[in-house]
Amino acid sequence: MVPLSWYLALSAIIFIIGLAGVLLRRNVLIVLMCLELMLNSVNINLITFSYYLQDLRGQILAIFVITITAAEVAVALAIVIAMMRNRTTLKVDDINLMKE
Amino acid sequence: MEVLFFLLFAAMATVAGLGVVLAKNPVYSALSLIVCFVQVAALFILLRSPFLAAVQIFVYVGTTIVLFIIVIVMLDIQQALFERFIPGNTLLILAVPLVLGATMLPMLLGSDKLAALYTKSQAAGAQLEGTTAELGTALFTQYLLPFEVISVILLVALVGAILLAKKETR
Repeated sequence: MVPLSWYLALSAIIFIIGLAGVLLRRNVLIVLMCLELMLNSVNINLITFSYYLQDLRGQILAIFVITITAAEVAVALAIVIAMMRNRTTLKVDDINLMKE
Repeated sequence: MEVLFFLLFAAMATVAGLGVVLAKNPVYSALSLIVCFVQVAALFILLRSPFLAAVQIFVYVGTTIVLFIIVIVMLDIQQALFERFIPGNTLLILAVPLVLGATMLPMLLGSDKLAALYTKSQAAGAQLEGTTAELGTALFTQYLLPFEVISVILLVALVGAILLAKKETR
């Protein structure tokens, strides 16, 4: 059986990679992808504890996280499309106005 | 055997995750994100939750990444090819995740004590079948209200996304 800490370590590594991507990348789409990576590492944690504690609640929470992620991506990509239409920039450090 | 598979999937997920952050072309980032998500789905199967693995493939790979690729194709990616990282001192920014990792390390090293919880739950006779039927029963009885709320959230997000992305008519 795989030790619990290995799963937690994998989840921490993926979370840190995602965090580095969110902080370092310039393209807003890549930042969103790295956000997905971070949410996914949280899911690994939830399901690991669901398995090790033999409790369904972790899996149910993971389903909710996945649903929220889908909603978030839909809204975020709609905002990206609206932004591209108005200002034609996707650099995170150039997006500083809420009005066109 | 299980340890071997875990190491394989974990290594591939880590490498693919690094690929998402380091790839020059946003399309490559999206493709390595697919690889990462499939590896994580395989890990979910190792954790005896096949339903979550299927949901992971359907929702992330089937919907989210496809949306990302559609948006990338709609956009001009030439700009992104030349400016990968934000300007300024990136090493200073890199310190933030490294400090976070350093604070997580002692917790990870101590987390094997939590394995006692597993033996305790085994002794208490809490044997989870891990089947989809069990999950569905819990979702539609005990967790019915959150389930309905989450579906309303999804509907609102859908309407909001359509409204935001619609062309303004003046």
